[in-house]
Amino acid sequence: MVAALFAASCSSDDNTPDPDEGLINPELAAAVKENYADIVYASYQDAYEGAEKLREAVEAFLSSPSDITHIDAKNAWIMAREPYGQTEAYRFSNGPIDDSDGPEGFLNAWPLDESWIDYVEGNMEAGFINDPNFKLSKEELENQNERGGENNISIGYHAIEFLLWGQDLTDPSENKAGLRPYTDYLTDGSGTASNQVRRAEYLMICSELILDHLQLMLDEWDPNSTDNYRVTFLDLSDEEALKNIFTGIGQMIRSELASERMNVALASRNQEDEQSCFSDNTHRDIRLNAIGIKNVYTGTYTRTDGSMVSGSSLSDLVKAVDPDANTGLINAMNTAMSSIEATAIPFDLAISDETERAIVFNAVVDIQNFGDLIEDAAAALEL
Amino acid sequence: MKKAPLTILLAFILLCCGDNDDDIGLTLLPEENEALSGGQNTVFDESENAFARPAPLLSNEEELIFGIGNSFFNLNWVTAPASTTARDGLGPVFNSRSCSGCHFKDGRGRPPIFDGEQNHGFLLRLSIAGISPNGGPNPHPIYGGQLQDRAVPDYTPEGGFTITYEEVRGEYNDGTPYSLRKPTYRFNNLAYDEMGPVNVSPRVGQQVIGLGMLEALDESTILSFADESDLDGDGISGRANYVWDAESQTTKLGRFGWKANQPSLFQQTAGAFLGDIGITSSLFPDENCPTQECEDLPNGGTPEIDDEALRNVVLYVSTLAVPARRNHEDQEVLKGKILFENLGCAKCHISKMTTGPHKIPALSNQTIRPYTDLLLHDMGKELADDREDFLATGREWRTQPLWGLGLIETVNQHTFLLHDGRARNIEEAILWHGGEAEEAKNGFKSLLKEDRDRLILFLGSL
Repeated sequence: MVAALFAASCSSDDNTPDPDEGLINPELAAAVKENYADIVYASYQDAYEGAEKLREAVEAFLSSPSDITHIDAKNAWIMAREPYGQTEAYRFSNGPIDDSDGPEGFLNAWPLDESWIDYVEGNMEAGFINDPNFKLSKEELENQNERGGENNISIGYHAIEFLLWGQDLTDPSENKAGLRPYTDYLTDGSGTASNQVRRAEYLMICSELILDHLQLMLDEWDPNSTDNYRVTFLDLSDEEALKNIFTGIGQMIRSELASERMNVALASRNQEDEQSCFSDNTHRDIRLNAIGIKNVYTGTYTRTDGSMVSGSSLSDLVKAVDPDANTGLINAMNTAMSSIEATAIPFDLAISDETERAIVFNAVVDIQNFGDLIEDAAAALEL
Repeated sequence: MKKAPLTILLAFILLCCGDNDDDIGLTLLPEENEALSGGQNTVFDESENAFARPAPLLSNEEELIFGIGNSFFNLNWVTAPASTTARDGLGPVFNSRSCSGCHFKDGRGRPPIFDGEQNHGFLLRLSIAGISPNGGPNPHPIYGGQLQDRAVPDYTPEGGFTITYEEVRGEYNDGTPYSLRKPTYRFNNLAYDEMGPVNVSPRVGQQVIGLGMLEALDESTILSFADESDLDGDGISGRANYVWDAESQTTKLGRFGWKANQPSLFQQTAGAFLGDIGITSSLFPDENCPTQECEDLPNGGTPEIDDEALRNVVLYVSTLAVPARRNHEDQEVLKGKILFENLGCAKCHISKMTTGPHKIPALSNQTIRPYTDLLLHDMGKELADDREDFLATGREWRTQPLWGLGLIETVNQHTFLLHDGRARNIEEAILWHGGEAEEAKNGFKSLLKEDRDRLILFLGSL
């Protein structure tokens, strides 16, 4: 792809006809951009609603901690991940989620060093929760996120996950997630671990911060705004906008999904290296990332309520220029999705059992092939 | 140096005239592929991940290893013994729990903002008179080669330090005043005896981009930049450092580190694991310990990082891509580039070179623009650390690569530069230049404000 990006010479506002003009149909490209922006907005809306329900469930849990309210809060977290996982397909696209002040690291950073937040096996005094001198506030916790090390994660979905589930210390073959007891949040003196009040305060702050950070994305993609990233995006040249989208899904699938999220854990055989290691929900993370990329390529998104957002797609664009490239890409995508489906649940079992490991590696290779064809498709459009 | 009017300079470069009315006037043009600082291993990323991307030419298999190396680069090592055996063995004394603690998002460290601040990517090297058996600096008999200001729970950090800055005033030829901050260091809370006579030299962690391609440069390419006796009489010598290579047990050309005191990324990486995090490896198997009590503490295995994991990290630090230039076609940037060349900056910060063969094929035969000669230069008394390091004198420093310079602020939220982060921005870094760079620095001081701004704009586009 780099070759296609080699800088052109002379001035860019040259009026002479471009011999390549016509490769991308401008009307179709405009429709693709519009539909992409609609899908992005709808999926962030769903992510926001999921996070709202999570905040409500956390509030209910903290006001009356019990096994039942604890389960409800954990379920709300799992459901909140469903739309959010699909939005990761918009990363690496020069968009607002991960530009220089983007909130990606506040929302979804991992792997996290649990001892940055709370007690861990072997150190009951660890973390900000157990440091009474540390003032808990939105601002302070945001400041500490990734401070001085990429594993020093203080906030976001995975901080909440750790606060709900605790460390997963059981053997993968037992098929158990983290076993934090709800009594870690009992504030009447009968609770487990120390600093229950601070732990509850910490969990509530994180639950509210997710909403704050997702609101930023809603603002940036709101179709009713006249001054936000959606407007900027629709104003980009077709080439630049499409290149951004292709670069994003290409990098997401290769570097993030195949390499960092699957192969790293496969190589280390360590459940600390799986994304949602406390809840054992990593299998959903992986599937949701792949679905998010499929959403973008096919221009179709199924909302949390079952309704569809659908329109012109990258697939339509590629098909118009190089039908074989489109067919090849869709085949590779379907192969990768099937290979992912074939991996064992939970993911910590998939990376530790010898038979299952081969199936995970097979999926890694198929995802990389899918990523290669995404690059080829971008090249077919001369992006 | 007398200031040459820009209009005359323009006459020496390629001009392009447009063929419509919008293009009346002179248009400066960049060189072909000038934006591609890392050759084909350039990425177009201006985000906070700009230093964190894999080289595009890596194979699918190598990209997977890159990912594994990345996870080791980021992870926080824990105190041994621990259930996570692959990542225990921290310390006993250390400066950081992870590589990313000093090279956050593969970027640059800075001095601490307050005493005792952790995880900033800054440390103090220590040495006493004489040389080590290998010909390098002679470590302090107790405190060793650097001050480790942190320790595992059952042990004591070697000590802490305080930095005080003194403002040093100067002015440009046009009378515009400026102020530079000169640091001094004081130890506090030393765990053992007083230091006695000791040389202290600070270091900040550098951005990790493009390093494998610097390793892939043929020795002859680097040596072709050298002019040890200044035969061309331009006041700039440039000489190679030759340093101990622990792997081959021979002396080799130094390429990495602030004084070019590391021959390879393998040794640089293994050395940082030991010195900065307290992780032993097959190359450096002995725990870095000031006392027997420290030696007797539990360790994370022998060695603490196994060869495969170490190789994965080395591949990672070798294959981080270089971000593309921004605004390289901007007319003001291109004027700044002319000034950079005319002032003589480019005599040491050499812009363009081609890599030779490397065992990672993606790094071979790439035309890169690192803006360095990897050689040692006398940088004057003000910057001198008085630390001799193999052939490097106390006044010599390696020419810093400038690629990625303008993205440090995006990635690391600061603009501190030079070996100790004393320069608060690019302008101050230029003004600290002395010695062989005195004339270039004086040339900069003689420029008009608008031309100084152009030069800085150019540097920010790297």
